[in-house]
Amino acid sequence: MRNVWIVAKRELKSYFGSPLAYIFVVIFVAMTGAFAFRIGNFFERGQADLIPFFTYHTWLYLLLVPAVAMRLWAEERKTGTIELLMTLPITAWQAILGKFLAAWIFIGVALLATVPMWFSVAYLGKPDHGVIFTSYIGSFLMAGAFLAIGSCISAVTKNQVIAFIVASTLCFLLVMSGSELVLDFFRSWAPAYLVQAIATLSFLNHFDLITKGVVTLPTFLFYMSMIAFFLFANVIVVEQRKAA
Amino acid sequence: MDVLVEADRLRKTFGPITAVDDISLSVRKGEVLGFLGPNGAGKSTTMKMLTGFLEADSGTASICGHDVSGDPQAAKACVGYLPEGAPAYGDMTPKSFLRFISDIRGLGIGRRENRISAAIDRTGLEGVLDQRIETLSKGFKRRVGLAQAILHDPPVLIMDEPTDGLDPNQKHLVRSLIAEMARDKAIIVSTHILEEVEAVCTRAVVIDRGRIVADGTAESLQARLPYHNAVALRVAEPDAGKIIAALAALAGAETVERVGTAQGGLALLRVIPKPANRTTLAADVGALLRDKGFSASEIYVERGKLDDVFRRITSQEGRAAHA
Repeated sequence: MRNVWIVAKRELKSYFGSPLAYIFVVIFVAMTGAFAFRIGNFFERGQADLIPFFTYHTWLYLLLVPAVAMRLWAEERKTGTIELLMTLPITAWQAILGKFLAAWIFIGVALLATVPMWFSVAYLGKPDHGVIFTSYIGSFLMAGAFLAIGSCISAVTKNQVIAFIVASTLCFLLVMSGSELVLDFFRSWAPAYLVQAIATLSFLNHFDLITKGVVTLPTFLFYMSMIAFFLFANVIVVEQRKAA
Repeated sequence: MDVLVEADRLRKTFGPITAVDDISLSVRKGEVLGFLGPNGAGKSTTMKMLTGFLEADSGTASICGHDVSGDPQAAKACVGYLPEGAPAYGDMTPKSFLRFISDIRGLGIGRRENRISAAIDRTGLEGVLDQRIETLSKGFKRRVGLAQAILHDPPVLIMDEPTDGLDPNQKHLVRSLIAEMARDKAIIVSTHILEEVEAVCTRAVVIDRGRIVADGTAESLQARLPYHNAVALRVAEPDAGKIIAALAALAGAETVERVGTAQGGLALLRVIPKPANRTTLAADVGALLRDKGFSASEIYVERGKLDDVFRRITSQEGRAAHA
């Protein structure tokens, strides 16, 4: 665990040592706000909740999380530092977890920067603070799942642009897997239980529940197992392709 | 325990290409092993397997008695490794980079600062400690890589082309660094600069197309050349014919040949010794010249260039000539 934290600390310093971090946080806050006020009709709805705010997180993450994740391993491979890192006395697991946690914390900081939204709604009315709190947790978990996917994809290629596009697409498919668009495609030939299984992979359905204030164990487990699965795949990919 | 690095029948293929084919070697404490070979011969791949970056297809490697694939953490802890091109995190400064490495290496707080300043001293990084690594010159980047490799004072040091692309002063610095540390470590240096082998290595291993084709001291490699210890002499062109005839009669001489064409009225001759008589030939040639009243403007013993050895055993023509 010590090594995980050493790697994470180095990564975090590297985020906040570059303008990238600040640009990311500013854009994230501006975009979530813009979506909530402009498209989500935050004021016009006349309700003291943050549903219009959280609804758009999924779509923002689709763009922004792969952008954070794309450099995680592609850059290490491109610059050759992966050879340095993997010949230090740490395991691939420690390196992957460390880098993942740093990026997750970084996104968490961006998410925290949106807390003034919570203050405004609390000032304007009497929102259900529990719902808002669980929505934040849910949003953070969803970002973590996107990030694990992005980290895994980033280890497949040296090219960050490819990593970004593939990760975005994969995340998009998972988000949409509960929608008729995707399910219709499977219904025509797949057995019902498979269609059902694909539907349960939908990030959107799980996230919808959370924004309504329902944090069920299955939803929590869903995101955590997504993270675990893709980090596990990440270890395999790094082991296989580190020298390629 | 004297042998610090041991490789036993290492083999690695990438698809249809066999990069390393059955390489075995051992390096003892106090040895500096020069790892030679043309580009693509498998030097880097071998080093990557020794440092645990690549898994061997078959065969084993151990560092300080720890099996590299069985107990990678222990083996890696004993090695300082400078990968080819000295990769480092460009957004860090040498100071923060070395701190990061020392944390991962688990140097305690007390030892950490000592080791960092020792590594900085040895590699001459004082002036650039707070500059971002990506802004440093190639020479300084290489030094950062070296500092990182020697940071924990490892018993085994593996360096992949440590002087590649450096200017002569920087090369000298790296070589004296290696020489300084050689006594109590086992060091493997890959290079294709042959003077380096003579300058710092106690032993040279030449690999070609994944196989070891020569293993020995620089001297013993040079001995493979037919003109090793040949006596060369420069004599007046008009006398050359008579001198060649006289030299050919020497007991220790295998053949006498002209090298090139005469220049400025002087011809260069080379007396190649019989295999059994390699050391006394120069004295015999000197005595003969004196007895017969010939004079030579120059006379010297040829050691043979390592370059020629290298070409002989690793190039197509060389192999054909050898066979």
